[in-house]
Amino acid sequence: MSKFKDTGKKEIPPISTASLPDIVFMLLFFFMVSTTMREVTYMVDITLPEATELSKLEKKSLVSYIYVGEPLKQYQSTFGVAPRIQLNDQFANVNDIQDYVIAEREARDEAERPMMITSLKVDENTKMGIVSDIKQELRKSAALHINYSSRQKVER
Amino acid sequence: MAKKIPEIPSASLADIAFMLLIFFLVTTTMDVDSGLERRLPQWVDPEQLEDDQQIKERNVFVVLVNRNNQLLVEGEYAQIDNLRERAKEFMANPTNDESLPEKEPQQIPYFGETMVTKGVISLRNDLDTQYGTYIAVQNELVAAINELRDELARDEFGEPYDELERDKQDAIRDVYPSRISEAEPKKVD
Repeated sequence: MSKFKDTGKKEIPPISTASLPDIVFMLLFFFMVSTTMREVTYMVDITLPEATELSKLEKKSLVSYIYVGEPLKQYQSTFGVAPRIQLNDQFANVNDIQDYVIAEREARDEAERPMMITSLKVDENTKMGIVSDIKQELRKSAALHINYSSRQKVER
Repeated sequence: MAKKIPEIPSASLADIAFMLLIFFLVTTTMDVDSGLERRLPQWVDPEQLEDDQQIKERNVFVVLVNRNNQLLVEGEYAQIDNLRERAKEFMANPTNDESLPEKEPQQIPYFGETMVTKGVISLRNDLDTQYGTYIAVQNELVAAINELRDELARDEFGEPYDELERDKQDAIRDVYPSRISEAEPKKVD
């Protein structure tokens, strides 16, 4: 008599679906987190220039952004193809920068204000004229600490 | 007879832990924005601007970028590839060349009395210069100063500049100050 007698048909147990909600939650979390990475939707097309001497923007809460580049396809009929400035979620003029900087400053704690950084995300094909205008406006509003956003250059 | 409270199942604990783990993984690997950090000069009213700031010719390293993205360094055409070397030579002036900037002695902690260059790099661009070129030039100039600082740090303290303590970094920054002046753009032909 065998100890390991085959006791007839053995059924494969069904896969437990108890962890399915967790998996779904995990996916949900993943997408929630990855989609909130950008504060604004880009309305301009930006290819950042390359550089090697980069420093990181560590405190996100201290950074305010200025975007410059050609408007995206769907805005080109209204705004043309010349490079435009984007502040928050709308196109802006050079004159709006001072107000923007003041508004950004008001939104921060008093103690944090001196450490504020303005990050310029500018397309590499933009002409310097518009960038110089922005720099002048930033100087007028005493936002002197700036960061020319750029990509890490890959050595070939 | 008192009813026994059934034990809370702990089978899903692992899943919850995983979820938290993944959450933190994702949030901490968000790519950090990086770029060239610069400080703009204080705003001066154009009417009050007096042009009495005379800097000797030999103390200024003039870099011009025209609208065709060509470089003019100290009055002659140059390539971006050579810019870093030339800027380093200008800021260091190892042979005390007559045509390169003067130096003046300064008391600096860790180094004692050191000769510090009076050189200023002046970068001027055209209104039609491409931003990409401008950043490339800026990058080379910043790189030149960073390399000089790094070399000094290795010679003096045997460590790269980035790994030094704060006060040593300050001392090295005093020896090689970052003097890049960005003049307002003019039409450069």
